[in-house]
Amino acid sequence: MNPLHGIEPFPVAARKALADKQLRRNLGHATATIRDKRARVVAEVPDWEELRRAGEAIKAATMARLDEHLIELEKQVTARGGRVHWARDAAEANRIVTELVQATGAREVVKVKSMATQEIGLNEALEAAGIAAVETDLAELIVQLGHDRPSHILVPAIHRNRTEIRDIFLREMSGVDPDLTDDPRQLAMAARAHLRAKFLTAKVAVSGANFAVAETGTIAVVESEGNGRMCLTLPETLITVMGIEKVVPQWTDLEVFLQLLPRSSTGERMNPYTSTWTGVTPGDGPQEFHLVLLDNGRTSVLADEVGRSALHCIRCSACLNVCPVYERTGGHAYGSVYPGPIGAILSPQLTGIKNNASLPYASTLCGACYDVCPVRIDIPTILVHLRAQAPAPAAEAVAMAGVAWAMAGPRRFRFAEFLLRLGRLLGRRGRIRRLPPPLSAWTASRDLPVPAAQTFRQWWRSARRPQ
Amino acid sequence: MSARDEILGRIRGAVGPAPAVPPVPRDYDVSGGHITEPMELLADRLRDYAATVFTCAPADLDERLADITRGWRVAVPAQARFAVPGAVRDDPPLPYSDLDAVDAVLTGCAAACADTGTIALDAGPDQGRRALTLIPDRHVCVVHADQVVRSVPELVRRLDPHRPLTFISGPSATSDIELNRVEGVHGPRSLIVVLVDPVGSGSGRR
Repeated sequence: MNPLHGIEPFPVAARKALADKQLRRNLGHATATIRDKRARVVAEVPDWEELRRAGEAIKAATMARLDEHLIELEKQVTARGGRVHWARDAAEANRIVTELVQATGAREVVKVKSMATQEIGLNEALEAAGIAAVETDLAELIVQLGHDRPSHILVPAIHRNRTEIRDIFLREMSGVDPDLTDDPRQLAMAARAHLRAKFLTAKVAVSGANFAVAETGTIAVVESEGNGRMCLTLPETLITVMGIEKVVPQWTDLEVFLQLLPRSSTGERMNPYTSTWTGVTPGDGPQEFHLVLLDNGRTSVLADEVGRSALHCIRCSACLNVCPVYERTGGHAYGSVYPGPIGAILSPQLTGIKNNASLPYASTLCGACYDVCPVRIDIPTILVHLRAQAPAPAAEAVAMAGVAWAMAGPRRFRFAEFLLRLGRLLGRRGRIRRLPPPLSAWTASRDLPVPAAQTFRQWWRSARRPQ
Repeated sequence: MSARDEILGRIRGAVGPAPAVPPVPRDYDVSGGHITEPMELLADRLRDYAATVFTCAPADLDERLADITRGWRVAVPAQARFAVPGAVRDDPPLPYSDLDAVDAVLTGCAAACADTGTIALDAGPDQGRRALTLIPDRHVCVVHADQVVRSVPELVRRLDPHRPLTFISGPSATSDIELNRVEGVHGPRSLIVVLVDPVGSGSGRR
């Protein structure tokens, strides 16, 4: 299964998700909590808008010279003892990582939460090669132990409540205390105990990257729990997989993103831990470092002048938390590891619109996502742009052809108005709830007011008649 | 064609021969001028993250550290210029299992940022290698007044990116269960900060 698109189109998957009351309760609670926290810590930053504009411009300027920045990054990482690999697509990235792990002789790797490695299905590829990939982020661990799929960029187990998590731990975690309660502190301590031995003995770690600074060759990972520090510090070998769009030109660019990202994502002034490293440091941390630069569709996104700003995303997930659609359907309905508003513009561009044609419609175009985006990605505009490229549903094509015919002449228009008034017969108590096929596709999830008894033109004639 | 050349070629094809590079407006606040009492703010922010904060005058530091760590087995960096009674030096480097067994690690820091309550470590002589401040369950960190800056930009500009850096804002935490914050997961579960302030240093825990 491709991690970037589901088996079912969004409307089908969304309908199932909406029927799950527990899911809607969990999501409603979680997104409301995080929205409030974010709003509070953003409000206390006097120069928030200036930071957003700087973040937007840094990303746009980087993309314009992406080739030069990547070459510089490669040069700096190599000069500091790291090795850089390039991967055109998921299969190539998976092959590179698998061979690097095999060369160490390790049968198990510890992993820092990373969207890029989820996007390429790295865990499955490693498993096929007989290498166990252990997710160490608490939410990723919950997803992995639950044989589940992530449903949120930042909090992949947002669809699970504490009781469900307790049940997963009791069922799947070896050696767990059978009296484990659903207190979040106890659950976190169970995860600590479960992973501690793995951290202290792991030989190889795999991570993603939040930022990579071209001028210095410095990689940054932003996290909360310390599982990232464990993976980035203790093993002998570190393999980092990053999308090519994560590069930033200068070290001082981080002063912008380290303010924008934590407040937008977890609603904290600063996340508990950020690690940065440059190549290899003798006597401190992994003595072998590999950086895998991943394209996997990013250069096609870059080729679209309207859609390319989707590559500016810093994966904060603020747009998911404010989206009225995401809040109700959750992330699984989008079928991609990138759900929510950013997923609705990024996934179809990465896979090609044909493979994700329903996602640009998974939005009301309300614009809340644009308002909260820390790098000002104009998601609604890109959604509309992608809708124009998506193959139109049959019912829409029929309706539009009809409208085009009717609006081509005044007599046709009058005839259309006459037909519309007949629509009054379909209404009950002022609403039309069901139309015959193919128009039933529209009324499957919406209703309409019945047409007015009098058309505008009829009213105009009667109102202007001399009394 | 190598993957490298192919990806670089795709990028050049995507952006065209002469892409416009927009100017980056840097009119955001660099100096944190609105912050008047950085030491006070730093203490507040740290406490907000559930760190324990002490303040003392430079002359009282040794005594204060001895008080805090009394009865604990404490690891200190190999080249630290400070120590507490009975401290274990990370020289030669202690095995991970030993670090896991000590009660606390005692270090200095490279800089700290008041606005966000962030302490930066750069593996300097009084901080040691990264594993040292990661595996022990308690981290006692000494922050001197002249290491405290107001804003995140000031903090970033003070640090050398070629050194391995760790930015710490409170003890390890997670929000992965219903987005409730729980302190103490894989990193040190307790962060104890000693602010050394030559002016206006009160005494005791604040």
